[in-house]
Amino acid sequence: MNVVSKTKADFKVVGTRVARPDGVDKVTGRALYGADFSVPGMQVGLILRSPHAHAIINSIDASDALALPGVKAVVTSADLGLPEDESLRDVQDNCMARGKVLYDGHAVAAVAAKDMVTAKAALKLIKVDYTPLPHVTEVDEAIKVDAPVVQEARADDSVPEGSSPNVTHYCEFGHGDLEAGFASADKIIERSFTTAATHQGYIEPHACLATFGNDGKADLWCCTQGQFFVRELCAGIMEMEASQLRVTASEIGGGFGGKTTVFIEPVALALSRKAGRPVKIVMSRVDVFRATGPTVSSSMDVRIGMTKDGRITAGEAKLRYQGGAFPCVTVDMGAQAAFAAYDMEAVRTQGWNALTNRPKEAAYRAPGAPMAIYAVESVVDELCQELDLDPLDVRLKNAADAGTKASYGVTFDQIGLRATLEAAKEHAHYHAPLGENQGRGLSCGFWFNFGGNTCVSLNVNSDGTVGVTEGNPDIGGSRASISMMAAEEMGIPYEKVRTVITDTNSLGHNDVTDGSRVTFAVGLATIEAARAAIRVMCSRVAKIWGIDEDAVVWEDGAAKPSGPNAGDFEPMTLADIAAIASETGGPIAGHHEVNAEGAGVSFGVHLADVEVDPETGATQVLRYTVFQDAGKAVHPDYVEGQMQGGAVQGIGWALNEEYIYGEDGRLQNAGFLDYRIPVASDLPNIDTVILEIPNPGHPYGVRGVGETPIVPPLAALSNAVSRAVGVRLHELPMSPPKILKAITAKG
Amino acid sequence: MKNIHVSTTINGDDAEFVCAPEETLLDALRNRLGLSGAKEGCGTGDCGACTVEMDGRLVCSCLVLGAEVQDAQIKTVEGMAIGEALHPLQQAFIDHAALQCGICTPGILVAAKTLLERNPDPSDTEIRYWLAGNLCRCTGYDKIIKAVQIAAADMRGA
Repeated sequence: MNVVSKTKADFKVVGTRVARPDGVDKVTGRALYGADFSVPGMQVGLILRSPHAHAIINSIDASDALALPGVKAVVTSADLGLPEDESLRDVQDNCMARGKVLYDGHAVAAVAAKDMVTAKAALKLIKVDYTPLPHVTEVDEAIKVDAPVVQEARADDSVPEGSSPNVTHYCEFGHGDLEAGFASADKIIERSFTTAATHQGYIEPHACLATFGNDGKADLWCCTQGQFFVRELCAGIMEMEASQLRVTASEIGGGFGGKTTVFIEPVALALSRKAGRPVKIVMSRVDVFRATGPTVSSSMDVRIGMTKDGRITAGEAKLRYQGGAFPCVTVDMGAQAAFAAYDMEAVRTQGWNALTNRPKEAAYRAPGAPMAIYAVESVVDELCQELDLDPLDVRLKNAADAGTKASYGVTFDQIGLRATLEAAKEHAHYHAPLGENQGRGLSCGFWFNFGGNTCVSLNVNSDGTVGVTEGNPDIGGSRASISMMAAEEMGIPYEKVRTVITDTNSLGHNDVTDGSRVTFAVGLATIEAARAAIRVMCSRVAKIWGIDEDAVVWEDGAAKPSGPNAGDFEPMTLADIAAIASETGGPIAGHHEVNAEGAGVSFGVHLADVEVDPETGATQVLRYTVFQDAGKAVHPDYVEGQMQGGAVQGIGWALNEEYIYGEDGRLQNAGFLDYRIPVASDLPNIDTVILEIPNPGHPYGVRGVGETPIVPPLAALSNAVSRAVGVRLHELPMSPPKILKAITAKG
Repeated sequence: MKNIHVSTTINGDDAEFVCAPEETLLDALRNRLGLSGAKEGCGTGDCGACTVEMDGRLVCSCLVLGAEVQDAQIKTVEGMAIGEALHPLQQAFIDHAALQCGICTPGILVAAKTLLERNPDPSDTEIRYWLAGNLCRCTGYDKIIKAVQIAAADMRGA
């Protein structure tokens, strides 16, 4: 059952469930993804990767490989530039190791050859001489002062003196008197938690095709969440002007944050430049697991005090995240999100990011938040159990609301947490009976959402249709939502709008498709571009009618006189105006560029029922319901899809998914057989309830919806399992052996 | 070893191609025959994105050699629509938002079509187990299961 509660706004197109414009392409096999594009003369690119977790590269000898017939080029880090910008250098060094390999799977060299057989043979002929070094892959080990040092001197200014050299970032948020808060509590619980690194698990491996001309101009086709960012990174790494590199985004086969950076694109460009041929690189699944993504893993301590009637008096969290071999600041977001759902007088979060010999962390849907909120929501739940309080009532009692000073410093505007909790409380799921070995878990979730740089063009075609040109890859149905907002604003049918995602040469800079920003920010820019085009059309009509521009209004897709004083004229529709545009001044278009603010934070509440088999420790999810505030659900089907997909990713994270490293520092489960994401038969239906509390920062009240759904499942599942088996686990994933061990230990 | 000449039938049409002995059916379809609907998600038969039908059986085309399909009947996603008319499954997937990124969609459609040919009225559980070899990371499967049910009802004339 999917329930949508309506806002009061009167929309005609927005809020309907229209067919997606890329649907036919995607169900017939016509849509072109990263690996689907070919050009004549194309060579196969293949990357040699480190078998060591940490080692010095003494030498690379590619002479035998280059002597193999059919091999066109070999590149190493020496063939890339040497950018001064440290963050850019990190991206580059992650694409191709410089001097040292920092993790199992780190790229060392690459070859371009006439076909895959030749490329594979050539890789085997490249001789790399390594001196292995001690390694560290776990965060609690990495932050010890005598841990093996992954990279020297990478700490930023925030890191306290005396920390391990692997600690690169420290943060602290909060307010109020913690001691007084804890002193007024009737019960204080302090617990430690760990979560494993998980991979975004998009089904499409990274792929790109680079063509570098002898004139220094290059083209790149790739699957990415942001072609403009790819251009920025690649042009920097290749030390070329951005204008000389045109990047076109293919259809994208999933990303979830994992395709917001580059791994193979600069390598393909370097190979193409050296070979003088187009070069295509497609990653294998093993390489995707070993050398892209994943998310951070964590070790956390949380302490919360509560009165016996359920008031949270104080909360404290210490978060330690490892993000792989290069510095990141993901813990900032975890530390800010941890207590965001609560109105608290005393709260403090501290965070540390540490280097390990693992692939560099990449964004994964609400990066940093799910694990922090898992730890907090687990302790809140345990307090409810200890004090015999209803977990939903306790969350309602402490819920952040409009005007609440958030734990991370801002004051919330209009937010939907309370409405979402109330919807959960009223829902039949919350009151359904449970059987033996079954438990129900509840968790709140929070994500910031983002706006950012956005640029949209809207062209009125002479046949009365409209073309929207935008710059953000469509990862979850955004072409539909953007077309819907254009149609809504113009007052024309959805079918009269075609939205196209363009290359980097055809539009101003657009930030990446991330941060749940596209429907919000691109939608906002589209509405403004439509308004600009409408202003042009009204001015043309004013000239035709010989009246003042202010005396023309736009209603229901037509220009009309604004009241009886403006004169008596028949309305002119968009099609009427477009048909004679060349006689009234030429083509009609609207454009808008903005660094969008006011994204509007988002809250969700998840309910999960599980049954745990006491003999095996296996957990089955019986029933699952997602409640989330969408602001305005532009296309409810796609909002539900985000809620369902995010929930299932979170279920995988909670129950099964994890990066497993051996003592040798090598990844043990680099494939979908051993890193098993949820399959259809693992799951029940995922019910959804969309709340619509308008975001004041958007003309239609839209908020981002894509990331929040992955935040609550970790705790919802953990809380459900603890109630099903009577013992609480403090680590994820809660795989069957761990649950069985906990049950056995309980006796 | 020299390339191998293969004669086969793909989506009802005679087809011929040459391929290397170690080349997979998936690579032959994509690189020799221009049929890029089947996708490679894993190369090890774990994700189902390359699912095609071979002589009435579902196979992961990444686990079949190109040379093995001599005289076989191959059906891919490109053969599901007849002219402008989409297969009811394809239409249901669009109408009911059963795809997000769409990379798994061709494999799932081929698998679901084979299911409905064998069992025109499957339960939700039967659909979930039939599609357990087809990974989807976007949808949480909910809308996929519903779309298969709706298409099944449509095909039964219900």
